[in-house]
Amino acid sequence: MPTKIEKDEITGTDTTGHEWDGIKELNTPLPKWWVWTFYATIVWSIGYFIAYPSWPTLSGHTTGVLGWTQRGEIAEKLAEAKAQRAPFVNRIEQAPLDEIRRTPDLLNFAMAGGRSVFAENCAPCHGAGGAGAKGYPNLADDSWLWGGKLEDIHTTIVHGIRNANAESRTSVMPRFGADGLLNARQIDDVAEYVLSLSRRATNADGAKRGEAVFVENCVACHQEGGVGSTEIGAPNLAANIWVYGGDKATIVETIRNSRAGAMPGWTGRLDDATIKMLAVYVHALGGGR
Amino acid sequence: MAATAATMDGAFRAQAHATPAYNDDVVKAACIATAFWGCVGFLVGVVIASQLAWPVMNLGLEWTSFGRLRPLHTSAVIFAFGGNAMLAASFYIVQRTCRTGLFMGSAGAWFVFWGYQLFIVMAALGYVLGITSGKEYAEPEWFVDLWLTIVWVVYLVVYAGTLMKREEPHIYVANWFILAFIITVAMLHIGNNIQVPVSLFGWKSYTVPAGVQDAMIQWWYGHNAVGFFLTAGFLGMMYYFIPKAAGRPVYSYRLSIVHFWALVFLYIWAGPHHLHYTALPDWAQTLGMTFSIMLWMPSWGGMINGLMTLAGAWDKLRTDASLRFSVTAVAFYGMSTFEGPMMSIKAVNALSHYTDWTIGHVHSGAMGWVGFVSFGMLYYLVPKLWGRAGLYSAKLVAWHFWISTLGIVLYITAMWVSGIMQGLMWRAYDEYGFLQYAFVETVAAMHPFYVIRTLGGLLYLVGALIMVVNLVKTVTSGEPERAVAPAAAAA
Repeated sequence: MPTKIEKDEITGTDTTGHEWDGIKELNTPLPKWWVWTFYATIVWSIGYFIAYPSWPTLSGHTTGVLGWTQRGEIAEKLAEAKAQRAPFVNRIEQAPLDEIRRTPDLLNFAMAGGRSVFAENCAPCHGAGGAGAKGYPNLADDSWLWGGKLEDIHTTIVHGIRNANAESRTSVMPRFGADGLLNARQIDDVAEYVLSLSRRATNADGAKRGEAVFVENCVACHQEGGVGSTEIGAPNLAANIWVYGGDKATIVETIRNSRAGAMPGWTGRLDDATIKMLAVYVHALGGGR
Repeated sequence: MAATAATMDGAFRAQAHATPAYNDDVVKAACIATAFWGCVGFLVGVVIASQLAWPVMNLGLEWTSFGRLRPLHTSAVIFAFGGNAMLAASFYIVQRTCRTGLFMGSAGAWFVFWGYQLFIVMAALGYVLGITSGKEYAEPEWFVDLWLTIVWVVYLVVYAGTLMKREEPHIYVANWFILAFIITVAMLHIGNNIQVPVSLFGWKSYTVPAGVQDAMIQWWYGHNAVGFFLTAGFLGMMYYFIPKAAGRPVYSYRLSIVHFWALVFLYIWAGPHHLHYTALPDWAQTLGMTFSIMLWMPSWGGMINGLMTLAGAWDKLRTDASLRFSVTAVAFYGMSTFEGPMMSIKAVNALSHYTDWTIGHVHSGAMGWVGFVSFGMLYYLVPKLWGRAGLYSAKLVAWHFWISTLGIVLYITAMWVSGIMQGLMWRAYDEYGFLQYAFVETVAAMHPFYVIRTLGGLLYLVGALIMVVNLVKTVTSGEPERAVAPAAAAA
């Protein structure tokens, strides 16, 4: 088809003279602002090439006049953050736990650091603010499995519970039902007795029979009256505070199959100062003794 | 003398008016597939958006979990919806602008069409059953990749063959873009899927490059899937349907040349901006960022040509369904091709990367640009292909337009707020230098925006369903075109 240049009436611009399925094209020059902005981005890029690492060469790459590297930047920023915290961190490393708790500026720092570390490392199981969940103890009340003193909490965090760490806290409750130590009737009775400790028994006779079973099988760990022992992580059964649940079915399940909650030891994962801050923070959640 | 003039006149008329035998059946099929896969893709999108807002929507089944449905959504909208839209557009446009039927007739095009649908179904089944290579937007396993390669090569042969037997002296700009799309997607697909199957009859394979090289190739692929599948291909679509619907000449031939070559040259290098502040060497990050910045104006060249072509025809936006969608699409295109280079700047990326801002950016491009320009094409093509005088209902078009636009606006604003908030929370420190927020707190803070996003996606889906009703009614009960229907698909 021959080229047939026309003048477009609306814009006053010539067409290129080509046509496809009725589509023509105007011969409008490139918009000036478009060209200059395009040039500007190119000039800016060249400037960036000069300033920063950019073009590969046979043996490496151009490093840029600023000498910037991302590894250098992150190292610098980490060093900066470390230096900012150093005065406090050094003091926390030296101070006994109780002194941290009693020194206001150290306590503020430890609470800030403990909150931050707790939220990333502990909250997934123990819940935001240590509110707990089924199988994961509430850390904000004053009921403690392994003790609520600063040192107790610190030891628990350092070594954890029932893990591969040789020094981890450990104790085992027998599987009274699964291993045939008690029959179903006895388990039902002792569950009633446990309920009666928090005045919730549904069967007074059963509870009475259960007391005898309790004395024979449970007292060694859970103590007389079911008050528990933080020495061996035996929960208090009389406070109506439950790790797994205090309804009868759950208690029967616990007696039948036992429970063995575990927690990792944090030494090696968190540094000493951080674990100390964490202990102070957890202690202050509301239940520290 | 008179005889010569008469002959010339006759030849002119023959050239101007004779309608070659166009192969339009496959274009019709691709239009139907576009609408179908679009609705499927949008629906899965709404499902996974609701899973993020309400995890219970995962249903506790492996096949319906977010991890499996997410690639189903992305592949359904990009490759099934977008791919079929490009099949329809490319086969329709190349015939009209070359004034000739398809190379290899209908057979080649039908093979491409059905082969492509088979690819989609194989890929989708794989995702749901957990058979994937785990590479974003390239999840199909090796045997599906091989099949797609065959289909795509035939596509290239049909397309390039049609260009070569064209009856027009020049190749129209839409075809440059579509050809760039077909060739580059072939190169990307093969480049990113160089992999070794673990066993001959097993589905599992591993890519040959490992580590950061694999990551770099993956994002060279991923970014150019955006650049050549979703940008170049759909610019080709725009370059035909906007001037046709507006009845106006393309604004600037020179701009189309310059921005085409600048776009294809620069886009291919921009991939590293997906790997800022990672193990990727600093120099590669710099190049990825600067090429993205330089890409800004070449991208906008398409927007300028699209919008300025309307000079003297702006009033048609009120009356022409196709134009209303494609011009709005160009506006979204302009916005997201500004946002993209901005987000590639390392300082901005340090905030935006890994946040919902990226998701919002992608969706302003996917829903606003790719979706709307494809809807514009369907509103133009369906009455033409089925020989109807016009669309069944202009009112339904308006409903589709406003509901979907509202859906996009809700979606992208929710993701902007959510993403920037997320980025700021991640980097917030207290006075002692401790992180202010735990990750889970940022997740909780995003919940309301996830709900808004789900609503936005739902509106977009509703709009698309309205379109489907309108198009079906157009075909089944629309008024036939008064003139003789164009000779369709004599193959």
